[in-house]
Amino acid sequence: MTDLKVSLLGHTLKNPIIPASGTFGFGYEFAEWYDINCLGSISLKGTTLSERYGNPLPRVAECSSGMLNAIGLQNKGVDKVISEEIEKLKAVYSDKVIANVGGHSEEEYISVCEKFDGCDKVFAIELNISCPNVKGGGMAFGVDPTVASNLVAKIKKRVKKPIMVKLSPNVTSISEMAKAVEGAGADAISLINTLVGMRIDIATAKPILATGSGGYSGKGVFPVALKMIYDVKKAVSIPVVGMGGVSSAKDAVEMMMAGATAVMVGTQNLINPYACKEIIETLPAVLNKIKTEKISDIIGRAQ
Amino acid sequence: MKQEILTVKSNIALASDVYKMTLGECEKPIPGQFVEIAVDGFTLRRPFCVYDYDGKNMTVLYKVLGEGTKAMSKMQSGQKADVLTGLGNGFDIEKSSKPLLIGGGLGAAPLLYLAKCFREKGIEPVLFLGAKTASELCFLSDFKDFKVYTSTDDGSEGFKGTIVDGLKNLSLDFDRFYACGSVNMLKSLPSFSDRGYISMEARMACGFGACMGCSIHTASGTKRVCKDGPIFDVKEVIFD
Repeated sequence: MTDLKVSLLGHTLKNPIIPASGTFGFGYEFAEWYDINCLGSISLKGTTLSERYGNPLPRVAECSSGMLNAIGLQNKGVDKVISEEIEKLKAVYSDKVIANVGGHSEEEYISVCEKFDGCDKVFAIELNISCPNVKGGGMAFGVDPTVASNLVAKIKKRVKKPIMVKLSPNVTSISEMAKAVEGAGADAISLINTLVGMRIDIATAKPILATGSGGYSGKGVFPVALKMIYDVKKAVSIPVVGMGGVSSAKDAVEMMMAGATAVMVGTQNLINPYACKEIIETLPAVLNKIKTEKISDIIGRAQ
Repeated sequence: MKQEILTVKSNIALASDVYKMTLGECEKPIPGQFVEIAVDGFTLRRPFCVYDYDGKNMTVLYKVLGEGTKAMSKMQSGQKADVLTGLGNGFDIEKSSKPLLIGGGLGAAPLLYLAKCFREKGIEPVLFLGAKTASELCFLSDFKDFKVYTSTDDGSEGFKGTIVDGLKNLSLDFDRFYACGSVNMLKSLPSFSDRGYISMEARMACGFGACMGCSIHTASGTKRVCKDGPIFDVKEVIFD
């Protein structure tokens, strides 16, 4: 019997597969496809202090081996996320989840984190300082080590739940960013967010996305993500949660071997609504091939 | 919503860039609902509304607009296709006893099956199909069993002028309209009537409410075209 359990931030996950923020709504949408209780946990849609519509359409575009998005953190605002969305999720998912927090200012990040700190359904808070689609916020906090560590230090003073910082790949050295936020008290790191990209409509000679550019995700980013996870795992001693282009159980195993304690699956959920379920069901066979009974044994095996 | 592996039964060209693909066998859809077809070599599925359903097989009407639909046009009978079916809310046919169905160009796509569903209920719909020019109405013979009025911008088929002008010219007796077409056409409809439903379209990634890629503004807040729509009350939609 394969043991898929992993421990993350004091919480035992029945398996390491977590749908990534922004690709799984607030979870209950997928309960129409399958019983989502099979999931290790869920990283909820990015949440801000007030309601946001996000960016103008078109805000998605396809590209080779992936897609671009410039959604811009559409959400109902933290109060309604807790009172409405998480309530709906509770009815279909029994384990605890990860809240994902976005913002435009230090004050906004802190306020939203404090609200989730009081929410029992949430066992950890993923700090999104790497969203490329929010003007004057998001990624602006995630490309400068000093700005990022100041934000994390302030949040850590005010919030009890573990803080996982989601890093941007759009930096010179992601390891430096990781060390900076670890130094400021981050409890874990998740990576990678999307890579900034663009598509142009040749008929109009204008970018397809209304915002001009967006974040590239999907199968194409997998090797880039894997290398960054490998490097960050070497640079820090806190747990690393990996994501970026994972579309199969084999990808998930590679990512754990690179150093990930758990693996988030993103874009593949949008292509195949059963992606996470199928990956979880295939993991034992992949582990069997490499004669491994406990999945936790492979974390960082490639280091 | 369901993931189904369907067989391509036929895939024929109606014009140089307009095709009809029949897939089966599948469950009975609600008119106005759409499906998402996976095309080999492309990341995202392609969304199409249900054009027709014969009790076993479903047909989609599509225009070759890019590389994905070009690849689709080359799919052969007998080939398997990975399809998400039963997506979106669909038209509510209980809302009308004198329906007027309005299609702009390829916006006629959801109206054939809708017209058949009304007839199944014993209600005879009236259709108004408009386009820029006659060749864009290459599917018109599929509607030959129904009462159809037409218009074209250049007068090559039916009334010469816009769909709204053509409709105003006719003074048809209807209680609700059901429309699909370009955003500009849909936007112009309230100047004709605000008693009706429109099928919206948007670039979408997932097609089932997860990515928020296709959200629009409505009188009752943000709505996802794929999940809360694609059918909306025309009075609800706030056009940008």
